Amino acid sequence: MERTWRPAALLVACLVIWHLVTVTGLVEAYLVPSPAKTFDLLVDKWSYLWGHTWVTTCETILGFVVAGVLGVLVAVAMVYSRTIESTAYPILLFAQVIPKIAIAPLFVVWLGFGFEPKVVVAVLMAFFPVVISTVTGLKSVDTEMLELAATMGGGPVKTFVKIRFPAALPHLFAGLKVAVTLAVTGAVVGEFVGSNEGLGYVILQANGNMDTPMLFAGLIVISVVGILLFLLLDLAEQLLLPWHASRRGAAVTTLLAKGGT
Amino acid sequence: MSAVAITDVSVRFQSKRAETTAIGHVSLDVAPGEFVSIVGPSGCGKSTLLKLVSGLLKPSSGSVTLLGEPVRGPRHDIGFVFQRAALLDWRSARRNILLQAEMRGMNSAEAGRRADELIEMTGLSGFENALPHELSGGMQQRVALCRALLHRPRVLLMDEPFGALDALTREQMNVELHRVWRETGTTVLLVTHSIAESVYLANRVVVLTQRPALVKEVIDVDLPANRDYSETMARQEFAAATAHIRDLLGAVTEHD
Repeated sequence: MERTWRPAALLVACLVIWHLVTVTGLVEAYLVPSPAKTFDLLVDKWSYLWGHTWVTTCETILGFVVAGVLGVLVAVAMVYSRTIESTAYPILLFAQVIPKIAIAPLFVVWLGFGFEPKVVVAVLMAFFPVVISTVTGLKSVDTEMLELAATMGGGPVKTFVKIRFPAALPHLFAGLKVAVTLAVTGAVVGEFVGSNEGLGYVILQANGNMDTPMLFAGLIVISVVGILLFLLLDLAEQLLLPWHASRRGAAVTTLLAKGGT
Repeated sequence: MSAVAITDVSVRFQSKRAETTAIGHVSLDVAPGEFVSIVGPSGCGKSTLLKLVSGLLKPSSGSVTLLGEPVRGPRHDIGFVFQRAALLDWRSARRNILLQAEMRGMNSAEAGRRADELIEMTGLSGFENALPHELSGGMQQRVALCRALLHRPRVLLMDEPFGALDALTREQMNVELHRVWRETGTTVLLVTHSIAESVYLANRVVVLTQRPALVKEVIDVDLPANRDYSETMARQEFAAATAHIRDLLGAVTEHD
């Protein structure tokens, strides 16, 4: 109960401070719109925003799913083959350290202004944490457990399916949660570089028109999309890994998901 | 034919700086149905010996024969129990036991019956559906024991299975293991730190030296086949055997 009201109180406090800052005229209204004005706009322009939100959400989810599948496959290959691990690691790291905003224009040149370049940037952003967490998870299995599996004679496939992969799931989910928030960023970055739809486009347009209420509204919607996707994963984790969630106890992320209760 | 035949085996580990010999030249024969305890100073290579028998480790020289067949790779005709229960967190006690059957592709109906039988035998009834983290250390080790016995292995290897348990639980587990061994007739190789445990459970106790491990002495335990715990503890033969082993291990006995 106490843990539920604290984040809510903080959120309300932030809104109040935001409101006070605008009401007292501390900052010019055209720089920071009041919360009321922003929410009015959210309601008024909802159909416009909803269309763009849908586009960004689709790009994000597609990018996230591709990154998840690719990430797990690459991680499995790396864990089972030393050669693949030592060969792929530098390239992975290279792909991770390249600023995505800097290569995004390249994807626009290659793939045009459609949803493809956005998905590619989202995949690039989300891929790395999935690989790293899955590798960590797969390597975290007890050596004794693996030795035991060897004496049971199930072979590598059964050992993977029944022991290694399930054991890696808590790590994998940690990586997926990071990945999904990064996928949102990736999609928006992709939209910044060249597009005519999506929340990134909305923000760029609002920026060009000095329409700060719309800018703020866009930011809020992007965050809400990210948070909802994160909570969805958290929920999936609790349903799929009840044994893990129950041991983790009173973790903040779990309570966030249970916030309503 | 012996159940386990270790013939002039040595194990050397190669590290970057030096070569260490874990096991010198060890020979040991275990008869079918026999219970043999292995004791020795910490880090002397007792566990290494069990890994050799199971085929998880290859000897540098010498040979190991299990149930008449030379050991060349991981063997599937054994049961293994480690110090840590090594249970899968997401599986209930019963499903952890049945992992053995799933990995082996055993008939599931028969495996289920066998699991229930073992659950009954080890006093796990009522805890079948508990997850490992809901079980005490002793209960977890019972699950590990059931899992190791599910496929009716003719040889059971136990690597300090009760090392992490408190003294009282350990005694209970000793009594239960003794009963299980009597009921199943399995050949058991038990590595342990506890001198009392080694004598109470075994037909023979193998005492190893410091690393590199050599067989210092093999003690025949002169106790009745069916052993009551406290009655055995009070016996003259028990006291003599444990005192002798303690001497061999060079344990300090200043308090008397």
